[in-house]
Amino acid sequence: MEYLYFPGCTLYTKAKNFDQTARDCSLLLGFELKELKNWTCCGATFPLATDNIMALLPPSRILATAREEGTALTTLCAICFNVIKRTNRLIQEDGEKRDKINNFIEKNYQGDLKIIHYLEILKQDIGFSQLKEKMKRPLAGLKAAAYYGCMLLRPFDEMGFDDKEKPALFEDFLRALGAEAAEFPYKIECCGSFQSVGSPDVATECAYRIIGSAIKNGAEAMVSTCPMCTFNIDRKQSDIKQKYLDFKPIPVFYFTQLLGIAMGLDSQALGFEQNAVDPLPLLKEKGLL
Amino acid sequence: MKIELTRHKVHNEFAKKVELISGQNLFACYQCGNCTAGCPVAFAMDVGPHEVIRYTLLGLEEEALGVNTFWLCASCLQCTSRCPKGIDIARVMDALRMVVLRKKERKDRIQIPEFSEGFLEKVPQIAFVSGFRKFLS
Amino acid sequence: MGDNGFVKRAMVIGGGIAGISASIDLGNGGYEVVLVEKLPSIGGRMLQLSETFPTLDCAQCTLTPKTVETGQHPRIKLLTYSEVEQVEGKAGNFIVTIRKKAGYVDWEKCTGCGLCQQKCPSKNPSEFDRGMGLGKAIYTLSPQAVPNKPVIDPSNCRYFKEKKCRVCEKICPVGAIDYEQQDRFVEESVGAIITAVGFDLIPKESFGEYGYGEVPDVIDGLAFERLNSASGPTTGEIRRPSDGKIPKEVVFIQCTGSRDPERYMPYCSRVCCMYTAKHARLYKHKVQDGQVYIFYMDIRCTGKGYEEFIQQVIEEEGILYLRGRVSRIFRDGEKVVVWGVDTLTGKKVEVAADMVVLATAIVSQKNTKNLAGKLGIKTDDYGFLTEAQRKLRPVETDVEGIYIAGCAQGPKDIADAVAHANAAASKVQGLFARH
Repeated sequence: MEYLYFPGCTLYTKAKNFDQTARDCSLLLGFELKELKNWTCCGATFPLATDNIMALLPPSRILATAREEGTALTTLCAICFNVIKRTNRLIQEDGEKRDKINNFIEKNYQGDLKIIHYLEILKQDIGFSQLKEKMKRPLAGLKAAAYYGCMLLRPFDEMGFDDKEKPALFEDFLRALGAEAAEFPYKIECCGSFQSVGSPDVATECAYRIIGSAIKNGAEAMVSTCPMCTFNIDRKQSDIKQKYLDFKPIPVFYFTQLLGIAMGLDSQALGFEQNAVDPLPLLKEKGLL
Repeated sequence: MKIELTRHKVHNEFAKKVELISGQNLFACYQCGNCTAGCPVAFAMDVGPHEVIRYTLLGLEEEALGVNTFWLCASCLQCTSRCPKGIDIARVMDALRMVVLRKKERKDRIQIPEFSEGFLEKVPQIAFVSGFRKFLS
Repeated sequence: MGDNGFVKRAMVIGGGIAGISASIDLGNGGYEVVLVEKLPSIGGRMLQLSETFPTLDCAQCTLTPKTVETGQHPRIKLLTYSEVEQVEGKAGNFIVTIRKKAGYVDWEKCTGCGLCQQKCPSKNPSEFDRGMGLGKAIYTLSPQAVPNKPVIDPSNCRYFKEKKCRVCEKICPVGAIDYEQQDRFVEESVGAIITAVGFDLIPKESFGEYGYGEVPDVIDGLAFERLNSASGPTTGEIRRPSDGKIPKEVVFIQCTGSRDPERYMPYCSRVCCMYTAKHARLYKHKVQDGQVYIFYMDIRCTGKGYEEFIQQVIEEEGILYLRGRVSRIFRDGEKVVVWGVDTLTGKKVEVAADMVVLATAIVSQKNTKNLAGKLGIKTDDYGFLTEAQRKLRPVETDVEGIYIAGCAQGPKDIADAVAHANAAASKVQGLFARH
């Protein structure tokens, strides 16, 4: 099985560990991520202003060129997933905008590309029970909190990823890996997103509440599917520690890193040097590495 | 704090512009406050999103644009997903941003030269691209 | 019987307060009435209430004289634990086939002694107690049930599930237990039908943002009525379901699922403002050091004495009314966290409650639409029965001889349901008088 793959700018550099582990794991699981030949940044926000067509051009171009190469496009970054999927829906439904966009980018895209998230591939095409059978190093004893964030889930009628109030896909994934999933109420609350650039203190507070809630519900680690979320809840833990002196950091994994551990990837291949909070002590303590 | 209302002041050009950019009907808001109640960053806002909508509907441009509410909005869509009247509040917040950023004064909300050196290296592209979209004119 | 074979007998479908009121009116007017009720006894929703607004009269004390009168009325034939299967004919000549459901107890023999209920070893969450109490497999709905004869619920009965037990059969002094009983069908010939099948509440499991019904100690209004009832699961003490502790911080949320066109029901459920205030007051009478928070959007209290009731509750009971909705509820340890807003100060509000009561939207009963189809009458988009003309013909339908009464037509309080039912009975009598 082959999927066209859109990495997104951050996965190429600051979140290379996310990208690399995803590629390695896909090979072990029997599907290939075929990176798009030409791609640009998706724009990182779906334009909410209805008259902003310029901001629709980058994702539209991605969709159009992907459609020339295949029929299904996958991505890992939740924000890219959201931007691309929402743009796709807009192109399907708004004929006037579709024509304008196609005119400008000189393509003829009609909105018929299938957009699927890597986790959805794991659930629908591979199946979590199949996944379970491929575990070389099940993550027994690890209690991890699946952090969905917002862009994966909302708006529900366009994303259709999982129930927006009580999603379970990510926890099912963790359980397939042999880990214990820690449920916590803040798993669908926003990390602050780009406020880490606009009002960093506010983002710090959001991150503190999310991690605090996870820890309160027994989490030893957090799992994310978005480099924006990961920046806010991993790298910003140092900012949290400055404000809340008794805050105890916990590691944040990309879900493909955990998948990689469970599938027996070498620790060099897991890219932990890009994780802000070092996960090795925890993994060693659990006997997972 | 008294305001005088006339048919020219309520739902004025400012309000209509916000409605146009956001594609939302501000009259539909019955001020239940659900958006504010569920907003993850409302704790830091001057007033909640429902109040800004109220200012806008009444045509109070200065009050509406003078608060930090829509600048702090993270576009997480929690408000939109729970509004009982189906109003896309996140779009209204973005529209207010656009009204300010599109003014001819071209006043950026964040000043790039003011970023500390380490900041530019630490923060991933995804944050900058979305941040610049939301805060630069 | 009138001219041309016009049958001057009436059928009332639904034995709640509307159905009962209509039946008594018709019976007293000299006409025979067949009252069909799907539960084992009559009384409907009022049976589940503790006290009614605005007078705070005991619901059972107001209702029981009516149910007894109905049960003893010489012209009212009670067919409980029965449902309408088929309807044919027209005004003056309806042939209605009724399914008398198997209750596995021979009511001809049963004396209502209650021994079977005492000795039944089964304990299951009771729908009547909104899942909070434990009911027996062989049951009557209340100690004053009319008729006071039990039925067996096979889905909860050890005999029907595992072929064990049979205690009720052994203990019954008159041998009334009959596990082989089958559904029976009877035909009734009537000239007019009043449909008064009542309402349901939107299940609290519908609300994802409030926990899909899985957060302990988040209950609905009817459940609170059961907590407050002396015949309820806690014998009238306000104790929260999870651990039986007395809650000291209680949040009531109005408009849960009502006035919500985007996600749930667009309409107003009409009675929740009043019953929430009533609940708050009854709670405060029992738990004097407790604090009540009521999240509301508006307060609708248009009946006689209603506005005064609300103002008294606000002024005298220390209850805090917060104008705003609640976005989310979740469990945090022992507490239920409520994220709301007070739009009058503009502030986001968080309450760590011990218990939350949701005033859930009134909806039509699940099979109202199906029944309407059998009768040939219309329902609206929400399953409520459609009246012939919104303003001037509120109890008639488009079909001559078929009338509607009570909450089956739309949410209303008891006084309005009774008035509605009296009107329907009057229309039937008018119809009969013309033939």
